[in-house]
Amino acid sequence: MNIQETYSALGLSDAEYDRILELLGRAPNFLELSLFSVMWSEHCGYKNSRPLLSRFPNEGPRVLQGPGENAGVVEVGDGWALAFKVESHNHPSAVEPYEGAATGVGGIIRDILAMGARPVALLDSLRFGPLDEERNRYLFREVVRGIGGYGNAVGVPTVGGEVEFSEAYSGNPLVNAMCVGLIRTEDLVRSRATGEGNLVVLLGSKTGRDGIHGATFASDELTEESESKRSNVQVGDPFAEKMLIECCLKLLKEDLLVSLQDLGAAGITSSASEMAASGGVGIDIEVDRIPRRESGMEPFEAMISESQERMLAVVEPEDEEKVLALAERYGIGGTVVGRVAGHGDLRVISDGEIAGSVPAEYLADAPVYEREVIRPEYLDEVKRLDLEALPEPDDYNEVLLKMLAHPNLRSRRSIFGQYDHEVGTNTVVRPGADAAVMRIKGTKRGFAMTTDGRGRHCYLDPRGGGAATVAEAYRNLSCAGAEPVAITNCLNFGNPEKLEGYYQLAECIEGMSEACEAFGTPVVSGNVSLYNETARGSIYPTPVVGMVGVFEDVSRHATPAFKREGDAVIIVGEPRNLSLAGSEYLEVVHGKVTGRPPTPDIVTERAYAGLIRSFVERGLIDTAHDVSGGGEVLALAEMAISGGVGFTYDEDELEFLIRHARRPDLSFFGEEGAAFLIAFPEERWDAVQDALGATDSRGVSWVAYDRVGCAGGDRFKIGDLVDLTLSDLREAYEQDLFGIPGEVVGGAEAVG
Amino acid sequence: MKIGVTIFPGSNCDRDALHAVELMGAEPVELWHADPDLRGSDAVIVPGGFSYGDYLRPGAIARFVRVMGVLEEFARDGGPVLGVCNGFQVLCEAHLLPGALLQNTHMRFACDRVRVRVETTETPWTAVCEREEELTLPIAHNEGNYFADPETLARLEDDGRVVLRYLENPNGSANDIAGVCSEGRNVVGVMPHPERVSDPALGSEEGLKILRSVLAGATV
Repeated sequence: MNIQETYSALGLSDAEYDRILELLGRAPNFLELSLFSVMWSEHCGYKNSRPLLSRFPNEGPRVLQGPGENAGVVEVGDGWALAFKVESHNHPSAVEPYEGAATGVGGIIRDILAMGARPVALLDSLRFGPLDEERNRYLFREVVRGIGGYGNAVGVPTVGGEVEFSEAYSGNPLVNAMCVGLIRTEDLVRSRATGEGNLVVLLGSKTGRDGIHGATFASDELTEESESKRSNVQVGDPFAEKMLIECCLKLLKEDLLVSLQDLGAAGITSSASEMAASGGVGIDIEVDRIPRRESGMEPFEAMISESQERMLAVVEPEDEEKVLALAERYGIGGTVVGRVAGHGDLRVISDGEIAGSVPAEYLADAPVYEREVIRPEYLDEVKRLDLEALPEPDDYNEVLLKMLAHPNLRSRRSIFGQYDHEVGTNTVVRPGADAAVMRIKGTKRGFAMTTDGRGRHCYLDPRGGGAATVAEAYRNLSCAGAEPVAITNCLNFGNPEKLEGYYQLAECIEGMSEACEAFGTPVVSGNVSLYNETARGSIYPTPVVGMVGVFEDVSRHATPAFKREGDAVIIVGEPRNLSLAGSEYLEVVHGKVTGRPPTPDIVTERAYAGLIRSFVERGLIDTAHDVSGGGEVLALAEMAISGGVGFTYDEDELEFLIRHARRPDLSFFGEEGAAFLIAFPEERWDAVQDALGATDSRGVSWVAYDRVGCAGGDRFKIGDLVDLTLSDLREAYEQDLFGIPGEVVGGAEAVG
Repeated sequence: MKIGVTIFPGSNCDRDALHAVELMGAEPVELWHADPDLRGSDAVIVPGGFSYGDYLRPGAIARFVRVMGVLEEFARDGGPVLGVCNGFQVLCEAHLLPGALLQNTHMRFACDRVRVRVETTETPWTAVCEREEELTLPIAHNEGNYFADPETLARLEDDGRVVLRYLENPNGSANDIAGVCSEGRNVVGVMPHPERVSDPALGSEEGLKILRSVLAGATV
């Protein structure tokens, strides 16, 4: 193989190789070239996305750590802080779904651990192709098993997440895992290496050949040959991770670590060079000391291996014995593999000789590609929606049942029932609500989390969809009663080297940034997953937002479920700016993905969400749900089903609604921003009405609301158009997502 | 009263159990797997989790650790022991309880709330429950399908040693069994997690009835 073939095989371009020559002033050897190839991959180096990412607002009053560390950190109050981040494991999950998903969970847990925080919650945002295809069912089933298999054993509850099915994800599933950790603010750890002569200690599992060039693999399109890259996928061991977590937390508690970093993509190379670069020092790695799980490994393999369940720590020499003794107590490996050095290089030493040496800052400084943002033509084609040409359904019972049963809208119970969502005894609101809610032991405080993505909307209108994604998360937390604080995001996009992919990425980031600024929810961490394309084309541009909010008193929270017979139900929000463009209804019932969904008005969104939140905080309401995918009627049905309490729509209101919207399907299933359904006992009507009379600074009442009906009984009734029993609704909604016809439910197939 | 909680490598409900012991008004004591010492515990909880990663079989390796030797002695001397979930599996592997926990018949991990009936109050861990009282308790397991040979099952039923029974069987357990006790009645194993419903902040204290029973026994 000549040199050009070599660097091409490693995923480096001609220009990138030339840059390496220029930086080093000499030709790199193979080991050094390997270091560059992994660190300059999109996955580690963000070379296509960095200039765009700088658009995100990062600052806010509660932000303790923004992007640049292993995770973002925000302040909760009483000295508590939350560390959180979401990360993708799309490519590994596409070829080896169980291990891909499992190690995605393991990896994000270590990111949180590296901040010194105890991981306390997991959420997963998943996308697959339609379930009528066997391959998609297999990916879905195995990804869910992998998440459960890892998360359940490691003892971190999986408290929330989302899943969506669309042709756009066939063959290229999205598996994004988010972890949230809890920490005292004074205990925060940074990954910066300092102190010449300090020891570099590798903690955790032994190093094998798994995951070699995984980061490079993740930075390319998926092809037929991707299957043959199966060996690039790492294998997880949640038991080893559990011991690693407990050991690292103990080491930190005993104040034995100078800094800590997880080993993720690009293994020791990435961890050591980042630790060195951020500390302005060098690190010598004695590669032969790295404990191996297989023989005959080359130095470059040990350097870039992505073997799981490992952490790198910087330790003062006098603490060496204590650190290694604690590692032994927890039954994990602990080995001194190097030292902090005065030179600024990541230096690999083998057999007493320098096998490679590259300035750490060069590795951390991947080239940046800025491209022109050009609007793709497809946007003109998809924006048209002729409502006149859309036939009105004649049986709304049937339509509602069909929507409730659709995999995108159906109950997620068959998924989250496979995840331990209560271990840790902090889960206040279990999965199935708008947001997961957890408490902080020993305080009245708590926090809420949600993950949201709106791929279809982002495809139809990237900028509006980006904003709508953030708005959706903001609404979900507000419904729970939490004050939204900050977000993490995972940007899942197609090939940025193509016009369409780059435009979508740039526009979504713009829309998200505008929304984050207006909501006051900065971006504190994130991850980018590009090249999500197969022979069938690109995925929908799908930025996934993980938003975190806080409660001063977590006992005051709300969920969507109707809780009492006779509760009044009202809708609060900007009146009826309804649209079927890009709606769930349009796709589920009419098989169309078209139209330009309404762009969210963030100022209005923020005002209404704040109002709902204040109602929950004051204890006025304990039942709230946002009107989201599927529109108002679907939201009402969800509230009825989850509460086991029926609902009857108010006759006059219904007549008004249909007259206003001109057709029932638009009024029932039309989607809009800033609309909330709340329920409360009739006797609170006066107090709620007073609160709804809120005025702005000029004394003008700005709140629009309507009474829509009353909770109670065992029927779900909307005039003459919908009349179903709760058990009809449940039968459609509660179907097992893994129980697709033709498949053995719970049989040998489900074990895989 | 001191209540010990064993910590095996891979236990993950140990901290929850220690917290619940505090909530029930007793003194929690950590029992590290490698130390053959119950540290003066008056009762012991073997918590849930994935001891030794469930490698080989759930509970199969944990039974050999050093703390188990003293625990077995404690149990054979009549000391109250409660195994929860993986703890139940460990106690079965250690032959302190009869039977075994197989994989759920539907082959999936099951995390849910289930209704169970208290079948006997004659154990240190159900003493303050009412007989036939119904409780709603969380489950979270992949191997909760209770199995014993027909003679053992008949003996358990005849001796009133079925402690909890599912009202709706979530895992295929024989005779809907959710918990059993030893011949001496002092060792109890249950698949549901009482420690997860022991805090009003999480909406239910039904599990405290089970945990607090052992305190009542101590005062007799």
